Amino acid sequence: MFLVIEQLLNGLQFGLLLFLLAAGLTLVFGIMDFVNLAHGSLYMMGAYFAATFVAWTGSFVLGIVLALGATLLLGIALEFVALRHLYGRDHLDQVLATFGLILFFNDAVRLIWGPAGLALPLPAWLTVPVQIIPGVFYPAYRLMIIAVALIVAALLYVVVMRTRIGMLIRAGASNREMIGALGINIKLLFTLVFGLGAALAGLAGLMQAPILTVQIGMGENILILAFVIIVIGGIGSIRGAFLAAIFVGIIDTMGRAFLPDLLRMVLSSSAASTAAPALSSMLIYLLMAIVLVVRPEGLFPAAKR
Amino acid sequence: MTSALNARNIVAAIAAAGLLLLPLYSALSGNIFILTLFTRIVIFALAAASLNLMMGYGGMMSFGHAAYLGIGGYAVGILAAEGIGSGFIQWPVALIVSALFALVIGALSLRTRGVYFIMITLAFAQMAYYIASGMSRYGGDDGLTIYKRSDFGGLINLSNRVQFYYLCLGCLFGGLYLIWRIVNSRFGMVVRGVRSNEQRMQAIGFHANRYRLVCFVIAGTICGLAGALLANNTDFVSPAVMYWTRSGDLMVMVILGGMGSLFGPVIGAIVYLVLEELLSRFTEYWALIMGPLLLLIVLFARGGIMGLLGRMRRG
Repeated sequence: MFLVIEQLLNGLQFGLLLFLLAAGLTLVFGIMDFVNLAHGSLYMMGAYFAATFVAWTGSFVLGIVLALGATLLLGIALEFVALRHLYGRDHLDQVLATFGLILFFNDAVRLIWGPAGLALPLPAWLTVPVQIIPGVFYPAYRLMIIAVALIVAALLYVVVMRTRIGMLIRAGASNREMIGALGINIKLLFTLVFGLGAALAGLAGLMQAPILTVQIGMGENILILAFVIIVIGGIGSIRGAFLAAIFVGIIDTMGRAFLPDLLRMVLSSSAASTAAPALSSMLIYLLMAIVLVVRPEGLFPAAKR
Repeated sequence: MTSALNARNIVAAIAAAGLLLLPLYSALSGNIFILTLFTRIVIFALAAASLNLMMGYGGMMSFGHAAYLGIGGYAVGILAAEGIGSGFIQWPVALIVSALFALVIGALSLRTRGVYFIMITLAFAQMAYYIASGMSRYGGDDGLTIYKRSDFGGLINLSNRVQFYYLCLGCLFGGLYLIWRIVNSRFGMVVRGVRSNEQRMQAIGFHANRYRLVCFVIAGTICGLAGALLANNTDFVSPAVMYWTRSGDLMVMVILGGMGSLFGPVIGAIVYLVLEELLSRFTEYWALIMGPLLLLIVLFARGGIMGLLGRMRRG
C-alpha cells in the first residue's frame, strides 16, 4: 500500500514536470501554430546550465536562478535569430528546421561540456526523506518539485486567465490575425510567449537534473512525451496539458512500477521483466493513438477555430 | 518541365550514371570505403523515395517512416536467428509484414489530418521501437546480430560487395520506376488530386481515404524492402533504426532533395549522407554545421535542391 502511495507521488511528480515542458510547447503550438522540436533542447540546456552554474557559484538556489535566466535568454535569442522567420510556414518546414536545431544543440553541448554526462548534486537540506503520513517517507527534493510545479501551474493560470498579457495570449490562440488587426504588437507577444515556454522547459530540465544525469539527448525522449500530452490534452489548451500531463505521468510511472509484477502472473519471470518496460513505454503511445482515433481534437480542446 | 534537357534532369542523369559506375571507380582506385558508403546511401535513397511517394505525392506527412526500416530489418534478422536463411523466404516476409503494419497504422492514422497525422504516425513508430526493445529473445535494446546474409542460392551472393551494391541499386531503380509508374497512373492522379483538393475529389466521387491508404501501404512496403537491405548491409538490426530521429533523417533527405520530385530524395540522400561523412571527417562535431545548414535550407531554399535547379531555368 505504501508502495502504491509512493509510486502515485512519483507519477504526480513526473506528470507535473511533464506539464512544465508541455505548457510551453502547447502555448507556442497553439498561439503561433509553430511545431518546435527544439523544445527538448531547451530542456536539456536548462539542465546543463543548472549543473554549470551550481558548480560555479557553489549555491544550489543561486545556480538554479541563473540557469533559469540563461534559458530564458537563450529562448528569446533563438526566437529572434531563427524561429520567427518560420511562423506561417508549413509545419513540415518547421519540423525540419527545428530538427536541425536539435542536431546543433546536441553537438554544441558535446563540444562545450564533453560527451560524458554531468551530475547535479543536491544540497544536504534537500536529500532528507520527509515523513508525509505515518510510516511513509518521501524524498524532500521530489516534494519540492511537486510544490514548485504546482506553484508555477497556479501562476501560469493566473497570468493566462487574469492578466492583460494572458488575455492577449488567449486571444492569440483563438484568432491570430484578428488580434494583429486590433493593433496588438504580435511579434513582441510571440517573442514573449516563446521566452516563457523556453523558461518553463528549462525549469523542467533543471529540476529533473538531480534525479537523472544531465546528458546529451535527454530532451528527445521527453519531448515526444510532451507532444503526446499536448495532443491528448488538445493543442493550445493549458488546462488540457495539465490534466493530460498528470494522467500520462501517473500511467507511465505506475506501469513501470507494477507491470512487471502483473505480467509475472501470466508470463515467465524473465520474459515479464523484459517485456514490462517496453509495454509500459508503449502504454502512453497507445493511449494517444486511441485518443486521436476517437477524439482527434484532443480531450480538452482549447477553442473552436 | 518543358524540355527533357533541363537542369533537374541533367543532374538526375549524372547522379544515376555516377551510381552505376561507382563500383568501377572503386575497383580502379582501390577505394573500398566509397563503395561501402554508397551502398548505405543507395539503401537510404530507396527509403527516402518511398517516403516521398507518401509525402510529396500523397500529401501524408509521416513522421514514423523509419518503423518500416526496422520491420524489414527485423523480419530478416529474426528469420535468420531462427535458422531460416533463405532470402526467398526472408524478403517476402519482410515486405508482407511491412505492408500489414502500414495497412493497420494507415487505416487508423488517416482518420486524422495535419499535425495530428504527423504525431500519430510518430506514436506508432515509437510503439514499434519499444516492441523491438522488449524482444529479449532477439537482443532487446542491444540489437540483433545477423551472422549470415540472406541466401539467394546461386543467384546472387550478398556477401560480395559489388554484387550487393548492384542489388541495392537495382532495388532503388526498380523502386523509382515503380513510383514513377504509380504517380503517372490513374491511381496516382487521384492520389495527387486528393492532395491538392480533398473535398473536390470526394465530390467527384472518389473515396479519398481508400486511395490514400493504398498509397500509404505501397510506400511502407517499399521502405520495408529498404529495411531488409539495410539489415543485410550492416549485418545487424537494432531498435535504434526505428527511433524518431531516424524518421527525421529520412524526412530531411526528402525535403533536402525536393519533395514531390521523383529523383529528389535520391539527391537528398546522397547530399545528406555525403555531407555527414565529409563533415565528420573534418570535425567530430559535424552536426554543429549540419544543423544550421538545415535551417538555412528551410529558410532560403524552398523545394529543396531539385526546386533550386528548377528555378535556375527561369532565372
